[in-house]
Amino acid sequence: MHHLRRTFLKLSGAIAAGAAASFLKVGNSLAATWNKSGFESKVTVEALKSLSASAATPSREIAISAPDIAENGAQVPVTVTSKIANTESISIVVDKNPFPLSSTFDFANGSEGYVSTKLKMGQTSNVIAIVKADGKFFTASKEVKVTIGGCGG
Amino acid sequence: MAEPMRIRAKMENNAADVKVLMSHPMETGQRKNEKGDLVPVHFIQSVTAIHNGKTVLDAQWSQAISRNPFLGFRVRGAKAGDKITVNWVDTQGDKGSIDTTVVA
Repeated sequence: MHHLRRTFLKLSGAIAAGAAASFLKVGNSLAATWNKSGFESKVTVEALKSLSASAATPSREIAISAPDIAENGAQVPVTVTSKIANTESISIVVDKNPFPLSSTFDFANGSEGYVSTKLKMGQTSNVIAIVKADGKFFTASKEVKVTIGGCGG
Repeated sequence: MAEPMRIRAKMENNAADVKVLMSHPMETGQRKNEKGDLVPVHFIQSVTAIHNGKTVLDAQWSQAISRNPFLGFRVRGAKAGDKITVNWVDTQGDKGSIDTTVVA
């Protein structure tokens, strides 16, 4: 098994991340299945499809807190709060990034529909939040203007 | 990865407000080093938070999370003295873990 994985890694550097993902699935029970197709999507439409969220309903109960203008695209603070009952997960998509899907946060056992992080943004873009609640999908977005892109470092 | 992480959990409106700083390069695979060679992709893929033995947050990340990642989340029903643990795993299988006790 181990040998197989190693061969797989050697075969293609380009899919090394994917190989590591399958390694995680086998080797670490903590790790959720990494959404490879979503994270490797190059357009938002495909990323949303990977989340089954293509038909997400716009909602005012999702608040995205992010700067209107980010001077440094390497560190853009983004906080998403969902007031929708039974929020199960929040995903954050940066529409114009080379790989738009940045993260998915699954909540359980009392954690609130709230997450705060810092993202890299290559250029001015809409930041889109996708909320899953009771099996349904909701969305909100906010434009962040980026003066110096942050995808190179 | 034996680099330091930081964590803090403080009660706020009947929830533990947890803030975590991880130490990680979060390489996108698009950055070039001084020699002009591409630095291989290397980032934290999975983050799990545990409150008193129960998973409360399971996150999947891409390389778009900033270097030395920041994560904030809230655990409802937590109380001072409870234990919060955060674990991560990166694309190379390296792991990190930190825990703290919720303060009032």
